[in-house]
Amino acid sequence: MKPTIAIREPVVDDLMDQTEKILTEEQIEKVINEVIDQETGVRLQTYVDTCIHCGLCAEACHWYLSNDRDVSFAPVTKVKDTIWVMLEKKGKVDAAFIKRCSQIAHTECNVCRRCGMYCPFGIDIAYMMLVVRRICAKLEMVPLYLQDTVNSHAATMNQMWVKPDEWIDTLQWQEEEAQGYVPSARLPLEKEGAEIMYSVIGPEPKFLAQLLGNITVIMKVAGLDWTMPATAGWDNSNMAMYSGDFEVMARVERLHHETAQRLKVKKIVMGECGHAFRGGEYDGPTWLGWMSPPIPIVHAVAFYYDLIKSGRIKIAKKVEGPVTAQYPCNIVRNAGLGSKLRYIMSAVCEDFVDLIPNDRHAFCCNAGGDTINCGPPWKKIRVQSAKIQSENFKRTGAHTIVTPCHNCHSGVEDIVDGYKLGMHVKFFSELLIEAMEIPEHLKPKEE
Amino acid sequence: MYEFVSGPLVWIAFIIFVGGSLYKIYRMLSGAKKDMTLFRHMSLKHSLNSLVHWVIPFNNQYMQKRPIFTIVSFSFHICLILTPVFLLGHLVLLDESWNISWFNIPDGVADWMTIVVIAGCIFYLYRRLTDPVVKNVTDGSDYLLLAITALPFITGFIAYHQLFAYKTILILHILAGEIMLIAIPFTRLSHMLFFVFTRALFGSEQGYWKHSKDW
Repeated sequence: MKPTIAIREPVVDDLMDQTEKILTEEQIEKVINEVIDQETGVRLQTYVDTCIHCGLCAEACHWYLSNDRDVSFAPVTKVKDTIWVMLEKKGKVDAAFIKRCSQIAHTECNVCRRCGMYCPFGIDIAYMMLVVRRICAKLEMVPLYLQDTVNSHAATMNQMWVKPDEWIDTLQWQEEEAQGYVPSARLPLEKEGAEIMYSVIGPEPKFLAQLLGNITVIMKVAGLDWTMPATAGWDNSNMAMYSGDFEVMARVERLHHETAQRLKVKKIVMGECGHAFRGGEYDGPTWLGWMSPPIPIVHAVAFYYDLIKSGRIKIAKKVEGPVTAQYPCNIVRNAGLGSKLRYIMSAVCEDFVDLIPNDRHAFCCNAGGDTINCGPPWKKIRVQSAKIQSENFKRTGAHTIVTPCHNCHSGVEDIVDGYKLGMHVKFFSELLIEAMEIPEHLKPKEE
Repeated sequence: MYEFVSGPLVWIAFIIFVGGSLYKIYRMLSGAKKDMTLFRHMSLKHSLNSLVHWVIPFNNQYMQKRPIFTIVSFSFHICLILTPVFLLGHLVLLDESWNISWFNIPDGVADWMTIVVIAGCIFYLYRRLTDPVVKNVTDGSDYLLLAITALPFITGFIAYHQLFAYKTILILHILAGEIMLIAIPFTRLSHMLFFVFTRALFGSEQGYWKHSKDW
């Protein structure tokens, strides 16, 4: 089979460039065969044997559609250029090939699983891309910025090198901020036996601290018994899951769940993040052999749905004007929360304009699956390849896009900037805090 | 020659087809057992749900978006399987040898069904040659598989209409059918066996495990 012609602007990625220089062909062969023999089992082989090369998956992929149907971005091409060659050559490939594999699997695929839904045989192409990432990670062929987040996970158990004192300090600061709205609001740390442990991803204390203040107000108004850990284990994000470093992924997920167990809570509620939910609910427990999480995990969308539907939170003033929402792959296509997202959006917005296609058929923000964490060197092609979703946003005519996922939030901000859409990008909690009713007795008393 | 291809070779072909298929499925299932998570991700209900949504035409959004491909693919596969099984000529041979028979489709209909299969092959060939994505992932083996699939029907059509060299074409027809049977378990034609399992796994993962849908 002739190699695919892929035209890309050269990208400087210090780690990948360095790894390319030092990798030996013996190392590569050993790792490829190890992963394929010991970790993929029969699943990968059956997928490869069953694929009839029909190319129907191409239509599903926003990379392919956004780049004027460039075949080198089609899902089947990505498999051809990576897995097929590895299998055919029995791992005898060179470092330049592995670098290209990492480029394809880490920077040009969001493992959003849309293509799996377009394959008549249900071949999970994203799974194959994760196998490629696994091989690359074991060979340390990972984009620099992504590897940095994995290193942070390994060293600090959070994604952004947040130090223990900074974490506690940020929470106390946000507790005070929240008390500006609701003086009796508390952000309880280390409360053993609380009903809910609330966990967030590293970027929240790092640069989105106001979200911690928001949840403090929401929890108070809803009258819930909740807590947050003061120790490591508060971060539910997991970039190692996406880089392919499953050993670190497992450590992060184990600590997250064990922290909840230590606090003896009944459930974990997590902030608005898609991949964190995937890690905590599926990938982590599966890799650890638990199969399902020991303590139930509730995503923010499901949590807010319950609060609004049960009337624990009442809406005082709906957000005016057209508002749309991005459907994060990991909580909608891959977790079925689409209808709940629509419910809460309609509850809080006067004019919720749905995306087309919506729900599990919606396109990825093109930031998820770690591609945004690959950092600035890979940003240009990422934003360029989100063209299809930028058109979908534009069509809604909304003034605000709600993104109940951190990756989506950053990705959609890049789309809005890159395509000059002139829209605001907000988390759902930011809308809720404006729209919800704060009961009289909780309001600050005027002097 | 005719005696050989229509006698022992038929036996050999069927033994390899059935034995090879069973072996392949056995190997897949025993390999899958080693994967601790695979079976625990599966549920019969969601597997069937997925299969039903994908074997009924236009029963999912995706097929509704691709009407031509859907119509061609469904009619191609239906005719591909039904024509040889219910063809009068085949049933007569079976009746003569083993004295068993079942419902047959009229020859006129079977003739059209054969044309549908051949037309389907031409459609797929056209896609392989013109669609850039498909072209990029096509090599000799894809054309070979297409030829293996088309030949029994092309030769069958010529033989039925006795267009020329009846005896030779008939031998070629039987041979082509046997090659196809033998090829099924050992080539990508094995999607005939495996699509049920890959579909079931994806359907289960999406439905049972991830509380979503895959159609």
